[in-house]
Order: sequence, then structure tokens, then C-alpha cells
Amino acid sequence: MISRFKQTWAFVYRDYQLTRRYWSWVVVFTVYAVVSGASVALIGVASNDRKLTLTLTIGVLFWSVLSVLFNEIAMSIAFERWEGTLEYTFMAPVSRLIHLTGVSLYAAAYSTLRAIAVLGGLFLFLDLDFTGANLFGLLIVLVVSSLAFVGLGLIAAILPVMSPERGAEATNIFQSILLLVSGVYYPISVLPKWVQPFAALSPATYALNASRKLLGVETMTPDGKLIGQPLASVQSELVTLAALGLLLVPLGLWVFGMAERWAKRTGKLKRTG
Amino acid sequence: MSCLAIRVSQVKKVFRKRTGWWRGQSTEEWALKGVSFHLKQGEAYGLLGPNGSGKSTLIRILSTLLVPDGGEVEVLGYKLPEQEAQVRERIGRVSVDAAFYKKLSARENLLYSAFLYGFDKAEAEKRAREILGRLGFPLRRFSDPLEEASRGMQQKVAIARALLLQPPLLLLDEPTTGLDPKSKREVQEFIEELRRESGTTILLTTHDMFEAERLCDRIGMLAHGSLVAEGSAEDLVRLAGGGTLEDAFIKLSGEKLTGEEEATAEGA
Repeated sequence: MISRFKQTWAFVYRDYQLTRRYWSWVVVFTVYAVVSGASVALIGVASNDRKLTLTLTIGVLFWSVLSVLFNEIAMSIAFERWEGTLEYTFMAPVSRLIHLTGVSLYAAAYSTLRAIAVLGGLFLFLDLDFTGANLFGLLIVLVVSSLAFVGLGLIAAILPVMSPERGAEATNIFQSILLLVSGVYYPISVLPKWVQPFAALSPATYALNASRKLLGVETMTPDGKLIGQPLASVQSELVTLAALGLLLVPLGLWVFGMAERWAKRTGKLKRTG
Repeated sequence: MSCLAIRVSQVKKVFRKRTGWWRGQSTEEWALKGVSFHLKQGEAYGLLGPNGSGKSTLIRILSTLLVPDGGEVEVLGYKLPEQEAQVRERIGRVSVDAAFYKKLSARENLLYSAFLYGFDKAEAEKRAREILGRLGFPLRRFSDPLEEASRGMQQKVAIARALLLQPPLLLLDEPTTGLDPKSKREVQEFIEELRRESGTTILLTTHDMFEAERLCDRIGMLAHGSLVAEGSAEDLVRLAGGGTLEDAFIKLSGEKLTGEEEATAEGA
């Protein structure tokens, strides 16, 4: 048990040290996230529409957490290949469950801290007031939806395993499709009819629906006061998110195991690609 | 449990490369065509062969990174790929390119490896310093990013990483390629010392004939995916009709040598 804890810690330790050594890039990406987030939210300010501003802001914040979480997990194998350490990690006596748990734990901590930094940055550009919002409920939704995004990240992480040449590109396309179909900045109804069914498959759709209710965007008073809905009002979204998490995490691990076995048969599990 | 450290029997590996869009359109490249050899515990065995002869494929199979298409592989009595978890706990590997997180220091890379194998931080750090010191790694560079270290220093850290785990079996895939003569000698001396003190079993692939002769009890020569000769350095020289081990290597691994001409010096 202690040994397994140490092995899980190995990945957290490694990713923390890498973040520390690449700190200037972390600053660059965070500044970029703040500026692009503010640019999106300022569209609401320009329209003199508080409801739109808050809809966009909550989209920026949720996407900031979930996309980074997804990306850190999904790209973990591609990063290993680029660093040249893939073979060493895969020949270590560590189960894939422990390996991917360690990667996911660090990704969750990193994405949360970055989202807090983004929120802090947004305060520099926007007059944000969350009085009346159900912030505790928002936190619950974020935690539950994170599980589903971990599962999606695990599934996407197999792409660089299966294709050393094109896997990382495919992972990025997958992430951009999630952004498109999930209604991060707009209602799903504005999407073309043929795209709308895909929204139902994305956990972000349910997370954003729930978060807007809990924030009180839909029930805002005429003078702009937020009336955050209770957690019970997003029960169906929470159940769906929990179900997606419980389905996607084991599915991700299973698919990853299949991809690893295939890569070992075909010789794709190599450090270069 | 077998008393053999490695038993490889009729191992085959083919790589298929798709050449068209349609299923089934692919070319086949045989990396190993039925290779058999064994290593006794505590033995040092050298695998020599030209580039593309199948040495690294064999090492990757023994490292649990590749599944053979035929034949049997046993490492320290455990079958591969069925018992790969047990094998992974007992092997260390050094490859030709020191595969590290280059932004991280030797200390950070070694601690990461130590945690992966369930070691304590203090114990791992003490042992890492001890091994690096014996290998002639300047310890003042212990916390500097490895991207700032020379290739020789990086390779010493790679060796320390493999030894940190005190594995009974060490797979050394061209560990001294590209090292300066001093670093090469330091690494070779350390491998000799390791065998003397710990009785570690070593499988070494190298292009350096002197290194193979110095470090290995027996040598196998691979060519085009087949083991074409096997024996001590003296046996191989005798088999090739005299000269040096390099002469024997060129003669025995040459293009004209075919399956029918395969021979083992042991049996000769």
C-alpha cells in the first residue's frame, strides 16, 4: 500500500518538478488564458448585458479547469514521447491505474490552481460580483464533472500511443470539438441541427448548464442581482455527470490497456515517433 | 524457478508497415527470425551485430516493451509476456540515448525513478550520490538540469538510475556509445566492479569489440535477425579462422552468411 502511494506520488512529483522547471511557459499560458478569457467576457460588457457577461465568464472559468485537466491527461503520453522517457515509464513496475491516477491527481491540482489564477486575472478586467450565487454548488459540479473529464482524457491519451506520428494532433482536434459542441460560450440551440446531438455526449454541456443555474444567471433580478439555485435544481445534471464519470474512467483505463497491448505487439511503444 | 537469468527460445518478431489504404496492404520486416540463447545467473553476455540486426528489438522484448510473435522468453524464471510485472521489478536498463527529462536535474530524475520503484527519498538520494560518486559524476552538478550536462555525464546518470534499483539483471544497450575514452573506461570499470561485488547478470549490446571482449564471458553475434555465432571471444576468433574479434565480427556477421551456415562456437 505504502509502495503504491509512493508510486502514485512519483508522477505527482515529476509533473510538479517539470512545471517548476518550465515556469516561464506556465506564466505565458496563464497570461494567455487570462487575456483570451477577458477578451471573451468583455463582449458581454460591450453589449451592456450582465447576463451575457456572466454566461461568458462562467464558460471561461469552467473551460479553463476542464480543458487543462483534459489536456494534461490526454497529452501525458505525447509529452513522454517528446521527452524520450516513454519506454522507461512503461517498463517501470507500476500498474497503469497507478500511473494514470498520479497523472490525473497532478492535472486536477494544476488545473484548479490555474483556474484560480485566471479568475484573479479576470477581476482586473471585469467588475465581477458573485453575491447570491451558489458557490458551494458550483464547486460540487466542478468536482463531479472533473471525473468525467479525467475519463475522457484517459481515452484521448491512447491516440499518441496508437499513432506516434499523428496521435497528438488528433488529441487536440478532439479537445476543440468538445469546446465546439459543449456550449461553453453560447447556448447549444445556436449550433447547426446536425451538431446538436453531439452536445449530449459531452460532460461539459451538463457542467455548464448546472453551473449557470447555480450561479443564478437565468434567474437574475431586473437590477442584476444573482439568485443562485439550490443544488437540488441541478440533480439531473449531477447524476448524468456522475454516471459519465463512473462510465468513462473505467472505460478509459480499459481502452488504454488495450491500446498498450496493441502497441507492444506492433512496436509502437517506442521513445521516438 | 529456473537457474537461468535469461532463456530465449526460437524468438521471432516481425514489423508490418502499411503501404496502402486498403487492409492487408503492408510490407513485412523480420527483426528476429528464431533467435535462441541463454544467460546463466551472474554471467555477462555480449550481443554484437551490425545496425538493424535485431539487438535492440531483443532488448525491448526482454524489457517487456515488445511482445514477440513467436518463441518463448523467460527472464529470471518468469515468462514473458505473461509475468511482465515480476520481470519489471527485477531488471534495470540503460539504453544508447540517456532518456531523461532534460529540464530536470540528476537528483530529480533519480528521485522520480526511485519513487516509481517504491524507494524512500532519503535512502534513494544517499544511494544515488554514492553510485554517481563511484562513476566519477561531479556531485556539485547533482541539482543542475541534465540538459546542461555532457553526454558522458548523462549516461552516468542513466547507469545510476538502473543501479539504484539494485536489479539482479542489467540490460545494457550500447551504454558507452558516444562517450569519451575516459568516461567509457569509468563505466566499464564500474560494470566490472558491479559484477565482482553483486554478481549482477549483464546482457550487453555494443559495437565496441574491445568492450565486449573485456566485459563479457560469452558473446553472441546477430545478423539479419539471426544468431549466427556464439561463444567466448577466443571461440569466435577461432571459428572465424583467426585474427581479432573485429575480424571475426565482420566475417561472421557478413552479408554472405546464410541460415545454413549458422554455427555456434560452443558446439563447434
